[in-house]
Amino acid sequence: MEYSAIENSYFKIGNKHKGLLGWLTSTDHKRIGLMYMYAIISFFFIGGILGGVMRTELARPGQDFLSAQTYNAVFTVHGVIMIFLVVIPGLAAVFGNLFMPIMIGARDVSFPKLNLFSFYIYMLGAVLAVISLFIGKGAPDTGWTFYAPYSTQSGTNVIAAVLAAFVLGFSSILTGLNFIVTIHRLRAPGMTWFKMPLFPWSLYATAWIQLLATPIVGITLLMLVAERLFKIGFFDPNLGGDPILFQHLFWIYSHPAVYVMILPAMGVITEIIPTFAKRKVYGYKAIALSSVAIAAVGYLVWGHHMYTAGMSGTARWVFSFLTFIVAVPSAIKVFNWISTMYKGSISLEPPFYFAMAFIFNFMIGGLTGLILGSLATNIHVHDTSFVVAHFHYIVFGGMGFAFLAALHYWFPKIYGRMYNHKMANWSCVIIFIGFTTLYFPLFIIGLQGMPRRYFDYLPQFQTGHFISTIGAFILGLGFLLIFINLVRSAKKGKITTSNPWGGLTLEWQIPSPPTVENFEEIPVITEGPYEYK
Amino acid sequence: MFGTGASNFVEGVDKTFFIIIGIGALFLIGLTMLMLIFMIKYNKKRHPIAVQVKERMSLELTWVIIPLIIVLLMFYYGYIAYKPMREVPEGALNIKAIAKMWDFSFEYENGKESNTLVVPFNKPIKLNLFSKDIVHSFYVPAFRIKEDMVPGLKDNFMWFIPTELGKFDIMCAEYCGVRHSYMMSSVEVIPEAEYNSWITQIKKKSMKEEMKGFEILKNNACTGCHSTDGSKLVGPTFKEMFGSDVTVITEDGKEQTVKIDEEYIKNSILTPDKQVVKGFNKGLMRPYNEILKDEDIKEIIEYFKTPDED
Repeated sequence: MEYSAIENSYFKIGNKHKGLLGWLTSTDHKRIGLMYMYAIISFFFIGGILGGVMRTELARPGQDFLSAQTYNAVFTVHGVIMIFLVVIPGLAAVFGNLFMPIMIGARDVSFPKLNLFSFYIYMLGAVLAVISLFIGKGAPDTGWTFYAPYSTQSGTNVIAAVLAAFVLGFSSILTGLNFIVTIHRLRAPGMTWFKMPLFPWSLYATAWIQLLATPIVGITLLMLVAERLFKIGFFDPNLGGDPILFQHLFWIYSHPAVYVMILPAMGVITEIIPTFAKRKVYGYKAIALSSVAIAAVGYLVWGHHMYTAGMSGTARWVFSFLTFIVAVPSAIKVFNWISTMYKGSISLEPPFYFAMAFIFNFMIGGLTGLILGSLATNIHVHDTSFVVAHFHYIVFGGMGFAFLAALHYWFPKIYGRMYNHKMANWSCVIIFIGFTTLYFPLFIIGLQGMPRRYFDYLPQFQTGHFISTIGAFILGLGFLLIFINLVRSAKKGKITTSNPWGGLTLEWQIPSPPTVENFEEIPVITEGPYEYK
Repeated sequence: MFGTGASNFVEGVDKTFFIIIGIGALFLIGLTMLMLIFMIKYNKKRHPIAVQVKERMSLELTWVIIPLIIVLLMFYYGYIAYKPMREVPEGALNIKAIAKMWDFSFEYENGKESNTLVVPFNKPIKLNLFSKDIVHSFYVPAFRIKEDMVPGLKDNFMWFIPTELGKFDIMCAEYCGVRHSYMMSSVEVIPEAEYNSWITQIKKKSMKEEMKGFEILKNNACTGCHSTDGSKLVGPTFKEMFGSDVTVITEDGKEQTVKIDEEYIKNSILTPDKQVVKGFNKGLMRPYNEILKDEDIKEIIEYFKTPDED
């Protein structure tokens, strides 16, 4: 009986087209989500390999196998791919598409064709980003931040990379718009705002940031292109522009973009903990509203990237103050997650381990964020490897681990099959060890004064760099293990039931994998999403 | 991990580090322990039936208010230790710090110039920060100070009192291109008497260094990539370049041998990528057709033509 679930699912039954074409032309949110997933995982591996190349070059001081120019291009492209192609779309485009409509009791998003269109815009942006590596006068070498006036002067292929980011922005805007409308209009009868699960809540807050903040970076990047092509002086003082203006415009988007990736990550963790602890989420409203609070206050803290940039003294302390305020709603979430475990009945399954690793990494990322938010300490560690370690703890230790948690949580629902638990647990341990070995030493050498984006370094930083490089290889091994486990299980794993973890949200009440229409009959909601008895 | 106080700011900054890291570590350890205890104590095997604990508003409020107070305290300490960094005392010694791709240079009040920053012990120093090309950042880890050097910005500054004798690293902390990681210098803190005699010795510039062409090369940061002493940087050296034969790669990838004459120099300034000297990369130098005037290029060529002294 269970095997027929796969035969009757969105996997086997598409639209009028068959095979690959049936996927490429599908407006089914699940198929689109899965296409995003394969694309994003592929780009993650490209970005990861570039990161590994960088770490290997840095294992000891001096030039080893990269030239300085190549190294600069490698970290630029690593950043562009990881930020714009992996972490920003990451959870929202993949798991948001796959599960948000199901979790609110809908058959699809509000605008399924627009959803497919967003996917193609994403792919177009991705192709442009990859092309920027190979055409013109060499890969871009400005860092993913494209700071002017270096970016208006560099002879490398900056325009292609900037246009890629510009195009990707549209994909993000349209996905945000689609999700906002879907959540407003398509919730199942009886599902009031405060009966909605918390992953959709986090996506809702995220979608507003995508919709409102992304256009700013779009305009900024166009201004950069105009300056390069037509010598219109926005940013280059030689042309009458202001370099600090670029930094403001860039971070007005790029700081909220951090919340675009971390809010859905928090949402995923908030789904996983109650399912495995069999407890109602502690502080449901506090978690829901803190997402909105983070999204709102998160708009107003961009200046903390610029304490040393030459802003006015008043701007510096105001931004520091607001940065500390935004720490509070994040702390609330951590307290609520841990309280949800209290007196629960916890099954230690792989998604739960990943969720615990997320909380640990996220706490380190958040607490080191306080060091960076504080004026006096920021001045010392700004633009050092301390910052590199901090944001990798958030985007990788946070968003990355949440992605892995989500993948292991919803895997049986996506494929109708189960993976090997033992292997999944081991890969979690190895990835955690690799991650910590890779990034923790960077905090230490950052405190010692190791600037970031350095191709070469002074001898006192060598121990830290060397340990960090070892971590990179352990991390690679962990990913290899996950990859083997999941790819094999997607094809040959044991057939699973519709609700292997005993979850209460709607996606667990339908077959694994879901049918094309998700629900035979749209459910009527009478109680909150986590009413464990 | 931290040196002993090499500047007047070290104590305040390190105290703030200590407070924030200390409180952070307490939270991290406490919450992690709690997580582990719950994972063990409320494991399904030991605790087969979950108890649905009722939410208490008072608890929620507690963990809003306590963290709020703590972060406001952290903000306060960070602000207090930072505030003096922007308040220069009267009578500070003014030194101009100038960044360009990829070195720092310093100009003192009496017109003396140097490539390392030399300052008297225990005196307030104000650095007025300038950049000739793109954004750089002046960072002295031992002093806990950093401030960007922004082109076009006329009034940016930093100040400090060196409280330890010795030599300390200066690094560029804002990414600035291919030789970013080599853009370093040092601060030399020497006793005041020594400083007073150092500052009055002004090395006379050689005749060649006084030529207008050399001034133009320096102002446009050409010498950041092209040395004048024969050492190999990002681009070929200027030393004994004029009149020599070099192998170049043309735009379509062919090798050619050319003599460095007036025509070649002019073309290399206006369209650098057309004939790149073998062993160097193209795409690194910008075309200077909108920046240098014809007269400038003539002066530069005059400079190249002049033989080195001694």
